[in-house]
Amino acid sequence: MRRKKSRGPWLERYSAIILATLLLGAWQVLVPLSGLSEFVLPTPVAIATRIVNELPLLASHAYVTLFEVVSGFAMGVLVGIPLALAIFYSRAFERAIYPILVALQTVPKVALAPLLVLYLGYGWAPKITLAFLISFFPIVISTVVGLQALDKNLVNLVRSMGASEWQTFFKVRLPAALPNIFGGFKVAVSLAVIGAVIGEYVAAERGLGYLQLQANSLFDTTLNFATVVAISGLGVMLYFVIDFVESRVTYKRDTK
Amino acid sequence: MNVIIQAGAAVDIARLSKIYKTREDEDVVALDKIDLKFEPGTFVAVVGPSGCGKSTLLSLLAGLTGASTGTIAIDGETINKPHPKIGVVFQSDLLLYWRTVLENILLPIEIKRLDVARYRSRAEELLAQVGLEGFGNKYPSELSGGMRQRVAICRALIQEPGLLLMDEPFGALDALTREQMIMDLQAMWMRLGNTVLFITHGIDEAVFLADRVLVMSPRPGRVDLDLNIDMPRPRQWSRIHENKDYHGYVRKIRDIFEAKGILVAH
Repeated sequence: MRRKKSRGPWLERYSAIILATLLLGAWQVLVPLSGLSEFVLPTPVAIATRIVNELPLLASHAYVTLFEVVSGFAMGVLVGIPLALAIFYSRAFERAIYPILVALQTVPKVALAPLLVLYLGYGWAPKITLAFLISFFPIVISTVVGLQALDKNLVNLVRSMGASEWQTFFKVRLPAALPNIFGGFKVAVSLAVIGAVIGEYVAAERGLGYLQLQANSLFDTTLNFATVVAISGLGVMLYFVIDFVESRVTYKRDTK
Repeated sequence: MNVIIQAGAAVDIARLSKIYKTREDEDVVALDKIDLKFEPGTFVAVVGPSGCGKSTLLSLLAGLTGASTGTIAIDGETINKPHPKIGVVFQSDLLLYWRTVLENILLPIEIKRLDVARYRSRAEELLAQVGLEGFGNKYPSELSGGMRQRVAICRALIQEPGLLLMDEPFGALDALTREQMIMDLQAMWMRLGNTVLFITHGIDEAVFLADRVLVMSPRPGRVDLDLNIDMPRPRQWSRIHENKDYHGYVRKIRDIFEAKGILVAH
């Protein structure tokens, strides 16, 4: 049954879509009016058309970038989570590794890209490494913070039930830290996209970053924009994949 | 509905001390050679200011910390680690928000690797006893503070503990909810018959609920007064102020606190 809804909630629900449409519409209308050439600033419709026409080309490069991002992110998880556990459980290890981690984090990972190419060549290795380096820090930090934020009384509670540390970890520590850990994953996967694309900018023969540089050198601004859209789309898609996994494995405290 | 009856455990505490070391390597005597015996099925309340060792006593009984000297025996069995005959209710409900009410109540069963399915009906009976029939599949965030603490009590009772430890269980509740919980706890305890150790700051709820009130004072943690409360049950919270004995008991406890300078009269 349909009910009449007041204007307020309707406007609120679709406000983001409306604003985006208005901005794109303005862009579409203002480009011809401003006298700018389509070579300098293509319209949204032109970009969308180009994306549809070049879908096979974009997809073939997107696969490469996707592979690099997912591999780098997966490495970040595989190294980051055990490292976070070691930091959480060992005070000595925390004291030893934390200053080094923070010092490494102050190095802009992007600045390492040329070096990585030098050491690892032109293939996917330097891109994966860059995606890994850039994504693993937020995973470590968010996992450690999530584990440390636990109410000590909860640990006492399960210990009073006779729980081992193993059980305490899986019944309480890990589930309580999951929202933090997934928060870290979301930041990390967005950063991994940046890492892979920067790696491709420096030296590559395939991938969306490479395609964009090609478009740039050919003054093909429309393809350039199409690539930007594809890179963003990749990031958004991965973000929602993680969001979906999170909704499967965790219960959100404030959903009612 | 089956009526659940739990036999109370006998508790025997002998020469029990707990000494903590501070960072400056000084000794703090939290409990000083305490001797106590609880008859099975007794409701014992402990009142005292912060730092009087009442929470230490509870941690020792719960097996969360080890004693410096002395022993604790439950039904003749010496304990030095968490014991299945002991259930604990803490000040906050400590429900796991990602588990349903029923899953929270069954957590101790899972941890002890017992057959969860076998305890499910018992968990539902306990819920019904605290007036939460049909709430098993709700999440803690859907419940009020009082309801959540009731679930925490069910969780402590799932294993039929002979001894129920309660650490200021109503301290975080509003006054009206607290009053209702005090009444309900009395009714439940009268049905179940567990031995209860109830730790509180509230002189009123200690005297109202208990068969026996232990008054403790700090540095070193000692029992200053061991008071038997002889009032018929069920007691009515709304009418307790009409009871002369009640005021006598409260007066005795206040006298101790005033003599020790814990409460200062103006």
